[in-house]
Amino acid sequence: MTDLRNRSRRNFLARCLTGAAVMGVAGLHATGEAQTAAAKSRVVVARDPLLRGSGSTIDARRLETLLDNAVQSLFSPPATHENGIAAWRRVAGAGDTVSLKVNTLGGRGIATNVDLVDAVCERLQQAGVPARNIIVWDRDTEEMERAGFRIVVGGDRVQCYGTDRVGYEDDLSAWGSVGSRFSKILTRSSNVLINLPVLKDHDGAGVTIALKNMYGTIHNPNKYHPNGCDPYVADLNMLPEIRSRMKLTICDATTAMYEGGPAFKPEHSWKLNGLLVAQDAVALDFTGWQMIERKRAEMGLKTLEAEQRAPRYIATAADSEHGLGHCDPARIAVVEIQGGAT
Amino acid sequence: MNCELDSAEGGACMALDRRAFLMCALASGAAMSAGEFAVPAAASPLAAGAQAQNDAQFTFEAKFYEKLANRKIKCKLCPRECVVGDKERGYCGVRENHGGVYYTLVHSRVCAAHIDPIEKKPLFHYLPGTNAFSIATAGCNVNCKFCQNWDISQSRPEEIPAQYLSPHKAADIARKYDCPTIAYTYSEPVVFAEYLMDTADAAHEAGVRSIVVSNGYMQHDSLEQAYGKMDAVKIDLKAFTESYYAKVVTGQLKPVLDSLVTLRKMGKWTEIVYLVVPSLNDDDEEFRGLAAWIKTNLGPDVPLHFTQFHPEYLLKNLPITPVTTLERAKAIADAEGLHYVYIGNVPGHPAQNTYCPQCRKMLVERVGFTASQMLIRKDSTCPYCRHSIPGIWHA
Repeated sequence: MTDLRNRSRRNFLARCLTGAAVMGVAGLHATGEAQTAAAKSRVVVARDPLLRGSGSTIDARRLETLLDNAVQSLFSPPATHENGIAAWRRVAGAGDTVSLKVNTLGGRGIATNVDLVDAVCERLQQAGVPARNIIVWDRDTEEMERAGFRIVVGGDRVQCYGTDRVGYEDDLSAWGSVGSRFSKILTRSSNVLINLPVLKDHDGAGVTIALKNMYGTIHNPNKYHPNGCDPYVADLNMLPEIRSRMKLTICDATTAMYEGGPAFKPEHSWKLNGLLVAQDAVALDFTGWQMIERKRAEMGLKTLEAEQRAPRYIATAADSEHGLGHCDPARIAVVEIQGGAT
Repeated sequence: MNCELDSAEGGACMALDRRAFLMCALASGAAMSAGEFAVPAAASPLAAGAQAQNDAQFTFEAKFYEKLANRKIKCKLCPRECVVGDKERGYCGVRENHGGVYYTLVHSRVCAAHIDPIEKKPLFHYLPGTNAFSIATAGCNVNCKFCQNWDISQSRPEEIPAQYLSPHKAADIARKYDCPTIAYTYSEPVVFAEYLMDTADAAHEAGVRSIVVSNGYMQHDSLEQAYGKMDAVKIDLKAFTESYYAKVVTGQLKPVLDSLVTLRKMGKWTEIVYLVVPSLNDDDEEFRGLAAWIKTNLGPDVPLHFTQFHPEYLLKNLPITPVTTLERAKAIADAEGLHYVYIGNVPGHPAQNTYCPQCRKMLVERVGFTASQMLIRKDSTCPYCRHSIPGIWHA
């Protein structure tokens, strides 16, 4: 885990205002969306073509701005500094303990970006959450280190370690086809969960984005891969340990994979330079899936359906039994914004 | 996952919670020999116990797999045939692909060890009245909703306390504690096939036999190679319908039936347990079909145990199997012509005893897991009518 940078509130305000301007240029005004489609789930797709400049390294400041723009657009308050913080306060505040579930299975090539996580931690602190009440976590500490996170255990800083350090609950939680023990990090160290997955192809499930990232919260994910992970992914997300805590999904799509996942395959990755942000994880997954399909078509690959690995679990998560969100495009408002201005 | 503890822990471990079970299991190892098989930190926090393990110590290249393109592998151990990408694990959770080479993570990684009466497996026609040194690692290749040992069978090896027990050390312990057999049991031995094979070899060198308690959900080659080293086998036949296997077991029936036929051809002493779950696999026609299939394909002398279900794991909503249901199942199987049909998990029931199918006299009386009376002659015949009683009755 890198150290949280000392970023001023003034800089944050400037970036928020710039972001709002860029949103206007993009022609998809968030407030208008909210007014005309109140029943829809909002999915913000924020992209910055200049995120990496002319090289391959992500500009952390532009990424931070992209995050600010995306979150503010999701909650769509007028673009002021105070409203920027207010947007985060809708996720968590002073009395909360917040866990950030990252995805580090694919190693440094296709893991949740450390700078992105740093930026989220900073905003949470600005919203009033004490640093020590924020924990960045995944299943395995070594995997997190390989993905670039610095491990922090104890003290007043943001905590960062894997479930292997504390283990899983003894008791089983069950819903439908799923019976699992949850990470104690989730159950004992947080009342708010922010999901920080990556956007990638999955050879069994079709895609792995937000909903499937929850496989990293339980002790037995290997049991839930048959039948394209359907209905296991949907059933798992029904469990109250997840459902009662889940407040926000911020999908890191700075680098994405359209084929060959879940392990990192550089030849099948592309620099999307974006983030997907939503409170409805089903809508976010559906939107991300369509983005992967468009890239596959562009690269001359068959659809996932043609390869008999369409992510059916997304529709299951949206069905009347689960009701976890929307996967009908008519009920999803995709808000596209551009920009990560300095 | 086998369901040995269905009957086994009828009194003791059934009432224990997960942690207590592990402590019970490991403590028994300690009781055997604190010096040779020292207690891991079972009383410590779970993660601490798991962390203390040296993963490299237990990691060996797997025997049953084939390499595919892009550093993927296809596991050939069980019919699931998991295609596993680099750095991923198969369904069992105890085998991992490292750069295109598949490894078992549980060789010599024992998470449960007991000295049990062999009747607890249950094996009723194999060395009655003896003890088996019984060991397990984490992992299973199915996920039965009624699993009694889900704590270890549905966990990854690094999540539960375990310790190193080499094949030769296992054989030494069995000998030291007068166990004529080592039993591979509790979780699902299919997934620790390499350890089972090496331990069976070491045990045979030391004059100790091997028995396995398994779901039989294996590929033909792995079955022949791994269970070819066994001296007796108990197979949990979970039901006699594919739908039950799909919904309740997360597996398939046909490969298990194929395994039973193969074991028969291999000449392995085999007994079958059928856990009767109320409303799910307790239909008369299913009992009848099961018994007829056994008689036709395996012969009438294969012991069949109908055992009582207790609510556990993901099937806590169902009641205990009524004894009348078990008696109905036995009556149907008897009528189909099977000679040795038992009722299990019902202490004191007369159908726990062995009777001569010719003169109907009682030959082995069992009280709990103890063979309190064993009258079968050295030449494996009935002392009353000289009818041959199939089994391995004397060491």
